[in-house]
Amino acid sequence: MTEGELWAPLTLEYPFTRTTGPVIGAFLTGLREGVLCGIRRPDGSVLVPPVEYDPETAEPLAEMVPVADTGEVVTWTWTSEARDHQPWDRPFAWAMVKLDGADTPLLHAVLVDDPSQMRTGMRVRARWRDEREGHVRDIEGFVPEPPS
Amino acid sequence: MRPVAVVSTAQRQEPELSGLTEVELMAPLIEKARSAVGLTQADIGFTCSGSSDFLAGQAFSFVMTLDAVGPVPPIAESHVEMDGAWALYEAWVKLQIGEIDTALVYSYGKSSPGSIRDVLATQLDPYYVAPLWPDSWALGALQARVLLEGGVVSERRMAEIAARSQSHAAGNANAVRAGTPTVDDLLDTAFVADPLRPHDCAATADGGVAVVLAADDRAGDLSDRPAWIRGIDHRIDAHHFGVRDLVAAPSAALAARHAGLGSDRVDIAELHSPFTTSEHLLTDALGLDEAAVTINPSGGALAGDTLMASGLMRIAEVADRISAGTADRGVAHASSGPWLQQNLVCVMGAD
Repeated sequence: MTEGELWAPLTLEYPFTRTTGPVIGAFLTGLREGVLCGIRRPDGSVLVPPVEYDPETAEPLAEMVPVADTGEVVTWTWTSEARDHQPWDRPFAWAMVKLDGADTPLLHAVLVDDPSQMRTGMRVRARWRDEREGHVRDIEGFVPEPPS
Repeated sequence: MRPVAVVSTAQRQEPELSGLTEVELMAPLIEKARSAVGLTQADIGFTCSGSSDFLAGQAFSFVMTLDAVGPVPPIAESHVEMDGAWALYEAWVKLQIGEIDTALVYSYGKSSPGSIRDVLATQLDPYYVAPLWPDSWALGALQARVLLEGGVVSERRMAEIAARSQSHAAGNANAVRAGTPTVDDLLDTAFVADPLRPHDCAATADGGVAVVLAADDRAGDLSDRPAWIRGIDHRIDAHHFGVRDLVAAPSAALAARHAGLGSDRVDIAELHSPFTTSEHLLTDALGLDEAAVTINPSGGALAGDTLMASGLMRIAEVADRISAGTADRGVAHASSGPWLQQNLVCVMGAD
């Protein structure tokens, strides 16, 4: 701080709560139970994570479908140093993971030590936290399957 | 449609303007844009701005910036929490109604006090994505890998786009990244978010821009060569990550079609690309023939990207060239999101 510079603390807040509803709420409840869910579209395809309305027709969607906690890396990038707020404190890969039984990929981390362990198409499995609270971070990340 | 034209613009962009308040930044620009066509605020029918409360750190921050306009006696005014290109769209709609003949549009952003690539995570889905805090470069990299491994783009093509931007930017005092690097020099740099290199990510900047619009005969009274808006449209992708095909920019293509791009030639295109890969996708989505169209004569957003202002700056860059007579027809593009989730296309011409 240089002389004459003015400082004041500022905390950005979002001081109200929302209900998550029957679709997002069901997904988050599933996470607490260690189960991943998607939602079925009229054409039979399964969106993971589930959305409340069809992305093309805006028709309400309701049929929740359990999917596997294993899947395939569709694309990835390497983070050599975790950034502020990110849930990991060591290098990791971001990836879009298409779970078995799902038709769309979700964003999460793949926890490996080095980018040389990453490739598109690799198989991964969710690593669940022991204590879960119905939050996307109940999955600590994905790890290669079988573990390398 | 009622003919509406850009008749005046003013802009400023620098790597960092943290010593200025928003009012100090915008007052000279607004005054310059108005006085260039001999107008005072009393002559303006409608005023619309674009800015981010999140960047400013307080609710209704745009109200404070109205001091730069001079809102007394009371003015007709509105604001969008979006890039100023969308504020221009609102003003264009207002002008279509026919009650007013002039409008002032401005927008600004100062992201330098924080880390914008992290802050942008807060605009993502609040349940599935934002709690993980993916930074915008990482998201850009996820798309870039899909494009590279799918053979849609090459690292060399990405570097060529960056080199073109930087060399065009050499003539733009508001650009913050300009130079004459060779493609091989650029490819020789390390990844910042594998497979993105520094030159692939737009150079973040602080800045602001002001534009005066006028309709019908009023435009001709105010400017010798107004930049007429011939088509304008904006579209958005489905909300969720993963439902979108990453090898295309569908909402950009849709906006281009509805704006009438493709019905006639364009001489120049100013693109709001957060990454070199986005620029490659946009060139395709907008159907631009690089042999016939000068892409980003100002350097584009890759050479200086001010959150909330970059899109309106693209419109100003095209309008300036049309008014100066160095182009007859052009297209300006504005976007939001690391994957070009939201897009506005504005086609402009001298006649």
